[in-house]
Amino acid sequence: MFKSKIAITVMAAVLCVGLMGNVPTFAAKSLTIKGSTTVLPIAQSCAEAFMDVHSDVNISVQGGGSGVGIASLIDGTCDIADASRPIKGKEVVKAKENGVQAYENVVALDGIAVIVHPSNPVDGLSIEQIKKIYTGEISNWSEVGGKNMKVTVISRDSASGTFETFNELALDKEKVRADALLQVSNQAVAQAVSRTPGAIGYAGLGYLSSAVKGVNVDGVEPTKKNVVNGSYKLARKLFMYTNGAPAGVVKAFIDFVLSEKGQELVEKAGYVPLI
Amino acid sequence: MHRIRERIYKVLFTLLAFASLLFLVGITVTLFIEGLPVFKEVGFFDFVLGKSWYPTYEPPDFGILPLILGSLWVTAGAVLFCVPIGVGSALFINELAGKRLKAVLKPIIEILAGIPSIVYGFFGMVVIAPFIQRLLNLPVGLTAFTGSLMLGIMATPTVCSISEDALSFVPRSFREASLAVGANRWQTLTRVVFPASASGISTSIILGMSRAVGETMTVLMVTGGAAVIPHTLFQPVRPMTSTIAAEMGEAVMGSTHYHSLFAIGLILFFIILVFNVIAELITRRFRKKLGLGR
Repeated sequence: MFKSKIAITVMAAVLCVGLMGNVPTFAAKSLTIKGSTTVLPIAQSCAEAFMDVHSDVNISVQGGGSGVGIASLIDGTCDIADASRPIKGKEVVKAKENGVQAYENVVALDGIAVIVHPSNPVDGLSIEQIKKIYTGEISNWSEVGGKNMKVTVISRDSASGTFETFNELALDKEKVRADALLQVSNQAVAQAVSRTPGAIGYAGLGYLSSAVKGVNVDGVEPTKKNVVNGSYKLARKLFMYTNGAPAGVVKAFIDFVLSEKGQELVEKAGYVPLI
Repeated sequence: MHRIRERIYKVLFTLLAFASLLFLVGITVTLFIEGLPVFKEVGFFDFVLGKSWYPTYEPPDFGILPLILGSLWVTAGAVLFCVPIGVGSALFINELAGKRLKAVLKPIIEILAGIPSIVYGFFGMVVIAPFIQRLLNLPVGLTAFTGSLMLGIMATPTVCSISEDALSFVPRSFREASLAVGANRWQTLTRVVFPASASGISTSIILGMSRAVGETMTVLMVTGGAAVIPHTLFQPVRPMTSTIAAEMGEAVMGSTHYHSLFAIGLILFFIILVFNVIAELITRRFRKKLGLGR
């Protein structure tokens, strides 16, 4: 009887101390960023740098896809929606219905690199060939100058802004073949392509590495220079959407991303800084 | 004084028990409310038997047959793995293992059950899938087979624990009677003990299957995500659970896509319900057969 009373008191004390440890964060400012897995590396590195300078702000960054980010902004569950595609008309309407005014902030430029396995001899594809591969007309690498191997088509699901942009710029919005492997993020696509000799996929420039090979599109290499000078066709803007013009902590963060330091981080992440 | 305390305990525990019922009813009701509206846009048979899942195109296609078959193939494959290993382990632990070996094996199998599903998914994606790709010379390692393998491993502890319990419930008198009439240990095991515990073992298999069918994170990362009707176990598939997980975040609330994802959840719910009913029927049939009348 005596022992159990002591045990309960000790446990209660530990619980109180544990809860008190959380109080400071409740008083701090918090920022939730959700959305595009393309913009994710930028958001993460900027968030870390921002939190280093402003220790009273707590920023949480999540992926999920541009669609998830924008849906979250509309539902009011995030402050900033990362997006690698412009907001759709339907989404603007839905936002207005929920009293949210989606405000567009362009934070970087990007190119969508079409990637293949490093062992693949194919160095370049035309947009027409890319479209035919993705819509199911071409199924073997030999048809585009490669080895006699089945093409394993890797794509993204509908939540992805990268997919939407690719769909518009390369596929003319035609249906992707039914047997395409739909992955959940840029990283998952890059991983899958790096392990599958016959694979083809697409991802933001920031995901090019020694594990995958970016092919030339219509003869143009997927590099930052070619995105800036406009010769690379699969180029796009990267956005951070906010509810109304940014204010307070949100404004401080967006201003940071657009500042010289922020754009340096954009460049480091592999993307194209705004001039 | 004691009577009041007893009444308080009674009320408290009744409330807690009914809380579970409340959650179940709440989930079922939500599934129905959010899922049924899709059948206004798409006919029931078009939805369940349709072969194309293109929910975000104009005009959208809401056919979930490839998704249902994906789930069923992956679950069937998982059963092929977890039944021999699970039931076999249970038989070994119960009948043949010495005390020390039992004390080591049982906790290890329990630990397998405690590993988070995302760890299985990650392990499957990074280690198992490339290995299978190289071993079987497949175009890609993210297939239904890989998913089945990971799910089989995940379901093994469930199957093993419950089967082992079922085996230990067989009365000693059964085994003693069998040995007394001259049967050897193997014959006792296969013809007396195993049939007597068959209801418990089939329950364990069905529970393992329910776990496999409902598993989300692992199959999302490992099965490839291609919404096509599978012809072999060695091609990428898209089970129902990974479809819901991948697309729910983006579906605009109240849209047909949103309702269709809930409808998929409803179908999943019914499949698991059917599994449990079958388990119950098997249990009853075996009980009648053996006259155990428990």
